[in-house]
Amino acid sequence: MGSTNSTLSKIPNVEELVQETGFTPAHIVRLYDRFEALDKEKTGHLRPQDFGAINRLAINPIGDRIIGAFFSPGQETVDFHSFVRILAHFRPADKKRPKDPSMPEPVNSRTSKLKFAFQLYDQDKDGKISRAELLQVLRSMLEMQVTEEQLESIADRTIQEADLDTDDAISFEEFRKSLEKVNIDHKMSIRFLR
Amino acid sequence: MSVRVALHSPRGSRSFLERGLLLLVMLIFLEGTVLTLGAASSPDISAQDNTGGGDDQRGIEGRHGHANYTKKAFPVLSLDYRHIHVPFEISLWVLLASLMKLGFHLIPRLSSIVPESCLLIVVGLLVGGLIKLAGEEVPPVLDSNLFFLCLLPPIILDAGYFLPIRPFMENIGTILMFAVVGTLWNAFFVGGLLYAVCQIEGTYLSQVELLPCLLFGSIISAVDPVAVLAVFEEIHINELLHILVFGESLLNDAVTVVLYHLFEEYSDAGEVTPMDVVLGVICFLIVSLGGIAVGTIYGILAAFTSRFTSHTRVIEPLFVFVYSYMAYLSAEMFHLSGIMALIACGAVMRPYVEANISHKSHTTVKYFLKMWSSVSETLIFIFLGVATVAGPHAWNWTFVSVTVILCLVSRVIGVVGLTFIINKFRIVKLTTKDQFIVAYGGLRGAIAFSLGYLLDKDLFPMRTMFLTAIITEIFFTVFVQGMTIKPLVDLLAVKKKQEAKRSINEEIHTQFLDHLLTGIEDICGHYGHHHWKDKLNRFNKKYIKKCLIAGERYKEPQLIAFYHKMEFKQAIELVESGGGVKLPSAMPSQVSMQNIQPKKLPPAVAERALPQFTKGREEEIRKILRSNLQKTRQRLRSYNRHTLVADPFEDGWNDFILKKQRMIELEKKMSNYLTVPAAPPDSPTMCRARLASDPNAFYNIKASSDGVPTIQVDLASPQSPDSVNMLNEFSKRGATDQGLGQREGADRDEDQGLMMKPSSAGIEEKGEEGGGNKNPGLMRCLSDPGPSNEDEEDEPFLP
Repeated sequence: MGSTNSTLSKIPNVEELVQETGFTPAHIVRLYDRFEALDKEKTGHLRPQDFGAINRLAINPIGDRIIGAFFSPGQETVDFHSFVRILAHFRPADKKRPKDPSMPEPVNSRTSKLKFAFQLYDQDKDGKISRAELLQVLRSMLEMQVTEEQLESIADRTIQEADLDTDDAISFEEFRKSLEKVNIDHKMSIRFLR
Repeated sequence: MSVRVALHSPRGSRSFLERGLLLLVMLIFLEGTVLTLGAASSPDISAQDNTGGGDDQRGIEGRHGHANYTKKAFPVLSLDYRHIHVPFEISLWVLLASLMKLGFHLIPRLSSIVPESCLLIVVGLLVGGLIKLAGEEVPPVLDSNLFFLCLLPPIILDAGYFLPIRPFMENIGTILMFAVVGTLWNAFFVGGLLYAVCQIEGTYLSQVELLPCLLFGSIISAVDPVAVLAVFEEIHINELLHILVFGESLLNDAVTVVLYHLFEEYSDAGEVTPMDVVLGVICFLIVSLGGIAVGTIYGILAAFTSRFTSHTRVIEPLFVFVYSYMAYLSAEMFHLSGIMALIACGAVMRPYVEANISHKSHTTVKYFLKMWSSVSETLIFIFLGVATVAGPHAWNWTFVSVTVILCLVSRVIGVVGLTFIINKFRIVKLTTKDQFIVAYGGLRGAIAFSLGYLLDKDLFPMRTMFLTAIITEIFFTVFVQGMTIKPLVDLLAVKKKQEAKRSINEEIHTQFLDHLLTGIEDICGHYGHHHWKDKLNRFNKKYIKKCLIAGERYKEPQLIAFYHKMEFKQAIELVESGGGVKLPSAMPSQVSMQNIQPKKLPPAVAERALPQFTKGREEEIRKILRSNLQKTRQRLRSYNRHTLVADPFEDGWNDFILKKQRMIELEKKMSNYLTVPAAPPDSPTMCRARLASDPNAFYNIKASSDGVPTIQVDLASPQSPDSVNMLNEFSKRGATDQGLGQREGADRDEDQGLMMKPSSAGIEEKGEEGGGNKNPGLMRCLSDPGPSNEDEEDEPFLP
């Protein structure tokens, strides 16, 4: 506990983080250790290269998208707060949260998780997953194993299935609807981040 | 459906009901009388040797008597029941079981109130009663050998082969906890308390010692997969609960086996030392892991064998069955857990075998497994009823009632306690409702009875009492719990199974999320669930699939296979549901070609032609497939049921170049059809009939049709070159070249539609490798139109 406390004191605005993300101080400490391990040059910020150093992330088909999600547009570095805030999306949802409409949506609710995933698809941030963006994702997931035409037909089929307002793109609502049967809470949570 | 029948023809339903009841009663009587006859002529199966010997003796006597031969009339017709009585009786039982199953569904009201298992036990009771009334000895039908070697394996294999791996693995921790810790708890609680009760003065049971009690506890505490399957099949609860209870019932076999053998061994000695307990634990590990290992080995063997079966498709299903059965027997040979071996074998071999075998074989495997497991299950319940009537009973009010109560209590306490611990580790917690269903769904069944039956009479003088108690417990759980679980599920509004099929969106997004979570786990440096799953997948793709999957198919990503399967299923559905309906393009579940086509066609044609396209297109594809068989069929002059025609798609699809000419001819013919109104949708047999009389039918390749019955395609409905373009979405050219106007393009498109590898057509490819294995899944899909063609089975058709 002593080391935890000392680490805690190193992190600025811990209280705010705990409030905002719902992580316990123990978790924050664990994440801080990980942050420091990734931050090889001890600058207090992470750059894309630091993420790239994670080997397994390099072979992940959507690795670069995930890395990109950590960096807000225009920013070159990620500080600890943003790091934790992004990871907070993957906390298992709190079952007993009272439905208080005045409070902002907690960062690990089903909607927020879905929104995070949606943003990974929607790289140009226009609020829709266009056919081109979908194709890109499919291409990276299926790597070299399929032909362009197959990809295109799959993309067509996908959009057609999900697209309810026939604008040839998938909006967030349509995205959410197509995943209504999937238990997102289970699928997008990491047990460790409880 | 049955309700609708009832509504439309109330009179009809009443007579139906009467008919059904009459049928049932008649059947029972028939069975009873025949079996009695059988029993009369030969007391039981084990006495067959005697009768055989008797026959021999009589034969010899007859020959001796030949010397002083008195001429008898030549027996024109004689009855020799003894000769065939064993297979006859077996068939009769199977027939009874199947007819019962039929009968129950004729009486819809009954089957909705009472689960099938209960009805079957009642039937068994009736048959047993009849036999007993006739004064004959009831055959020992639930003989442990018969049960464990013949009746149980099909059910377990069916369960293991179709086990939904994903939810099973996701909940494996919970399932193991329930199976191992829960069963242990049940066994000791019931056994221990029973012993305590037996020691009470007033029960006259003090001769029952501790170890037999514990043995009894271990027999009765295991949740039975057969009973669970039978009851849960009908209540359609959500996947999680189903897999929890069912998984538990499968995995507790190892615990039961170990406990059973442990207590059986040591009840002789009368005590169990701590050393024995340690040995027991080790034994448990060996039994379970060994069983799984045996199953995995056989599974891999089966997968490897299936890699080479492309030329002998007929026996493919056989490999699945035989390897699995051998896995079970091998495990039983070493006293390992046969059930776990069977599950492991089925689960391991399935992905590879399914990638290798043809679709027809896949259907065969599926249907055979379902058929056998269904018959087995029915037989088991009937035999339970018969054995109840047969077996010597020693009813002891105290013992039996205490057993029943204790089982319930221990189950509830066990589930609640374990869930409390488990919920600390689960993301999706188990609610009270879930716990109730898990506890209430812990049914006991025939396995417990067979294990009890196996007990040695001498070592366990109270065996009959045990058997009576076991039967009572089984009856209680199956009847009371089985009947009430359905209304309870409705009452508690437990989430039901979602019937809808997975959409491609779900598939894509789920995979995406998998990658995302793996990435996040890597960022956190956390070796979690996704990390290991990803590692396993990579290992699988890199090494295992190469060995076990034939040809180039191993490269086919899961998503593509899924997509193809979906498209194909839809195409068949569209055809079967009748192409006469105009399909709106906004329907999300449309095959995508539907939308592509109308956009390109001139509206006038589209208006009229669209409704006919679906059916026509599908038929067109079938026609193409079959026309491609012409070459091979021409060679095959005589029908040989052992050979299946080699699949040109999988072997010599380079021949498709030749089809080009035929396609051109086809096109010319098809342009005539555009103005012909669509024929109403028919069954394939009708199609055949219509075509036979239709001179315009496209079947210019008639040369071979003399000796070999060929499948005719209904081309009386208008077609167009575009119908072939359904294949285009799998073809290289994509959606661009479609359209009526582009004859040339259509030619080539059709061509490519057939030829998955366009290299001979000179289309540029990007880094193609291997021959035409671009769409291996599709090729197998298309080359085997699948179950809907089953009524054309009598013809030598391509698998």
